[in-house]
Amino acid sequence: MNHERIVGTAVPRKEGREKVTGKAVYVDDMVLPGMLYGATVRSQIPRGKIRDITFKPGIAWNEFVIVSAKDIPGKNCIALIGDDQPCLARDSINHPEEPVLLLAHPDRHALRKAVDAVSIEYDPLPAIFTMEESERGSEIVWGTDNVFKTYLIQKGNVDESWSKADHIVEGEYSTGAQEQLYIENNGMVAAYDAKQGVTVWGSLQCPYYVHKALMALCDLPAEKVRVVQMETGGAFGGKEDYPSMIAGHAALLAMKSGKPVKIVYDRAEDMAATTKRHPSRTRHRTALSRDGKILGGEIEFTIDGGAYATLSSVVLSRGAIHAGGPYYWPSVRIRAKAVATNAPPHGAFRGFGAPQSIFAMERHMDRIAQVVGLSPVEIRRRNFLQPGQTTTTEQVVREPIDLGKLLDRAISVSEYQTKKQEFAIENRTGATKKGIGIAAFLHGAGFTGSGERYLSSVVGVEGCADGGIRVLVSSTEFGQGTKTVLCQIAAEALGLRYEDVAIAQPDTTEVPNSGPTVASRTVMVVGKLVESAARGIHQTLKLSGMLGDSYSAEEFRAACLAYVAAHGQLRAWAQYDPPTDVFWDDEKYRGEAYAAYSWAVYVAEVSVDLTTYSVSVNDFVALQEVGRVLHPVLAIGQIVGGVAQGIGFALFEKVIWQQGRMQNNQMTNYIMPTSSDLPPIRVFFEELGNVHGAFGAKGIGELPMDGPAPAIVNAIEDALGVRFDSIPLMPEDIYDAITARSLRDKSDVASVIR
Amino acid sequence: MSASLEARSKSEISFTVNGEQKTVQAFPMERLLDVLRLQLGLTGAKEGCGEGECGSCSLLMDGTLVNSCMVPALQAQGASIVTIEGLDASAGSQRLQEAFLECGGAQCGICTPGMILAASHLLNKNPRPTLEEIKEGLSGNLCRCTGYLQIFEAIATAAGRETAASS
Repeated sequence: MNHERIVGTAVPRKEGREKVTGKAVYVDDMVLPGMLYGATVRSQIPRGKIRDITFKPGIAWNEFVIVSAKDIPGKNCIALIGDDQPCLARDSINHPEEPVLLLAHPDRHALRKAVDAVSIEYDPLPAIFTMEESERGSEIVWGTDNVFKTYLIQKGNVDESWSKADHIVEGEYSTGAQEQLYIENNGMVAAYDAKQGVTVWGSLQCPYYVHKALMALCDLPAEKVRVVQMETGGAFGGKEDYPSMIAGHAALLAMKSGKPVKIVYDRAEDMAATTKRHPSRTRHRTALSRDGKILGGEIEFTIDGGAYATLSSVVLSRGAIHAGGPYYWPSVRIRAKAVATNAPPHGAFRGFGAPQSIFAMERHMDRIAQVVGLSPVEIRRRNFLQPGQTTTTEQVVREPIDLGKLLDRAISVSEYQTKKQEFAIENRTGATKKGIGIAAFLHGAGFTGSGERYLSSVVGVEGCADGGIRVLVSSTEFGQGTKTVLCQIAAEALGLRYEDVAIAQPDTTEVPNSGPTVASRTVMVVGKLVESAARGIHQTLKLSGMLGDSYSAEEFRAACLAYVAAHGQLRAWAQYDPPTDVFWDDEKYRGEAYAAYSWAVYVAEVSVDLTTYSVSVNDFVALQEVGRVLHPVLAIGQIVGGVAQGIGFALFEKVIWQQGRMQNNQMTNYIMPTSSDLPPIRVFFEELGNVHGAFGAKGIGELPMDGPAPAIVNAIEDALGVRFDSIPLMPEDIYDAITARSLRDKSDVASVIR
Repeated sequence: MSASLEARSKSEISFTVNGEQKTVQAFPMERLLDVLRLQLGLTGAKEGCGEGECGSCSLLMDGTLVNSCMVPALQAQGASIVTIEGLDASAGSQRLQEAFLECGGAQCGICTPGMILAASHLLNKNPRPTLEEIKEGLSGNLCRCTGYLQIFEAIATAAGRETAASS
């Protein structure tokens, strides 16, 4: 056996060379013979009934392929968890970006004019745009009560904690919508022929989600739907569910026209019509002892799901389970609710509900610290979960995690204590106020609760005719390093060189369903299966007598070649086998919510300019325990990239809504961090290992999205002494709060004088 | 092609791309980005925003870094254009591409061609840029994946200079 260690080293990214030379092929780079371009005619009103559709003169309509709801061969829905979202509105409109008609034409310039020349008349209905309006129920826009889903998590008896409490601390926190803003817009190419069925190539995260949706929509059997992932230019959750919609649209146009059809959104359409992070509101009421120990609490977590159910139930679930943070709650009651409004459906975005509820928890901890009279560091230390204790879902912490130690290290490397003192002195004078803030948090890896059991993912590894091996998964690469890390795992498991391992392009006719590429599950769950399947290849070669227990890379290659020559192919499969000691109760929402958690303490240092009211993040420490780091460069890339998005979530990225419609759907007025906006982001790992993941890895992708916003807002409060409980926190919000405070201070003075 | 567009006349536009002389028929106000991608098959330049904000369609035109989504085709008449496809050849470019690979400067890859062209433009003007100069040089190119630090590191590495941007 070759003992070269591949896992843990910075091997070159598998598809890296194509990317740096501009040769990587994304969906918009594809051209098929005779291809048409497709476009979507959308509703212009938030809610109502379609009365009439007319095609204005001046357009050669006979040159266009036109598809409406009545052309749909199967069920008019985008099948996901439920099937309430139509592919094309037939008569009811529930949000202002609802697709109504599809057009295709060989000249894409002709399309834009044609889209504008379709006139839709409506009978409008009253619409609702906020969670509060939805909860009041004056208009029922979804189901019988505007509620997509509720969860109740109960542990111990919270009601008894209030009478025992020395302090009761309340707070309400909110977060806004956030656009994923992958630089490659959504797009799909579809082709159809009666014999082979529908094929789509696209920018997407989850090939088998698209596959399922197309089967239902086109009324085709599994073997007549083929989904191929092209190189995907960023996703961050934003290409989890909406690609099924675009694939459906392209497929319908291709079926009707008999020609390949490309639909690629421009930025404005992508930002306005596709999913964003759910806006949220979290209310905390916490009972504490005199020495700052949490006795119990109530947490109410509400998210705005938009017009259709889509992924809201699962976003809500993750948000609810993370709402208690990395702390020990002797008793807790978490009520979670996803409600409907007449905005386009909100969806997946890195963190998936957790950044919202963790923002609330970590702001609330600072408030608790003030009330109890402890430092932000000490209040956290006293309440951290310890091994052997249980989480809010009564999952016993079995990992040997020492959060106090993480906190100590983060405090030390950030020079938190020294800076805190220095800033307090500096801030007495000058128009720039400095502050430092911390956030402690956790993130569960893999699908929640029984999710992985239901998914029952399968992966394959095959021996190739050239003697190398190839990984077969539907797990997609969209920047994170999926291809690289899964190849590292297979190479390590078989003792091969990294160069000997290839990975298939995700194509549903070639790869098994290894589950969606979401939920920080790829390295931990899929990686473990790749490891098993790779070992299966060795097992087969061994049983056939072609290879012993120990072998060189050359011997493996020879055995693989010989086996393929003799038997035609060499393949091994592995299917997810749920750990027997993991228990989850879907009804009571209790038990082992995740097979493993990643843990982190982040420290942000800010300065606030009291002339412009702008905030600069000057230093950022990101310390985390993510199990074994399989690839140091990719891992740092995940953390730094996630922190950058977190800084945007906190300080830059504000969606302006009007009547359920995004008004600033351009990169010129929806602002994400540029190269000049980011501080040094200093990344530190602790590595404890994990029995569930490949070579001890846990989830990493979503974790860094959870902590930056609360750490930054805590730092801003430290700088200004003014409390902010809502993000994005824009300069005008800071100006308003400071002005309001100085007015209040003046009136206090006036009342004293009187 | 619809009748309305055929009625407008295309112009013959000649320019040099990656050292090769090209002549195309294009509407004068057609975007250079589309001419390169659709007529010449040079798909390394990407459309990210279509309004000159993101820089993923960056290329070098007569030595200047431009957003090709903002350049009318007619403006390219007589110009010398370098795209990512033409950057392969020189040793400096290769060093830059290797450094992007090594340092993690490319994740999803969609901004990468533009980033590398911006970086190449920067290093041509200033072979030993400071971290601040690197940040400034990339300020017209957005990346949503990396948080930029590994891109800074790649450019500093290609320039033979250390950066303390990330640890």
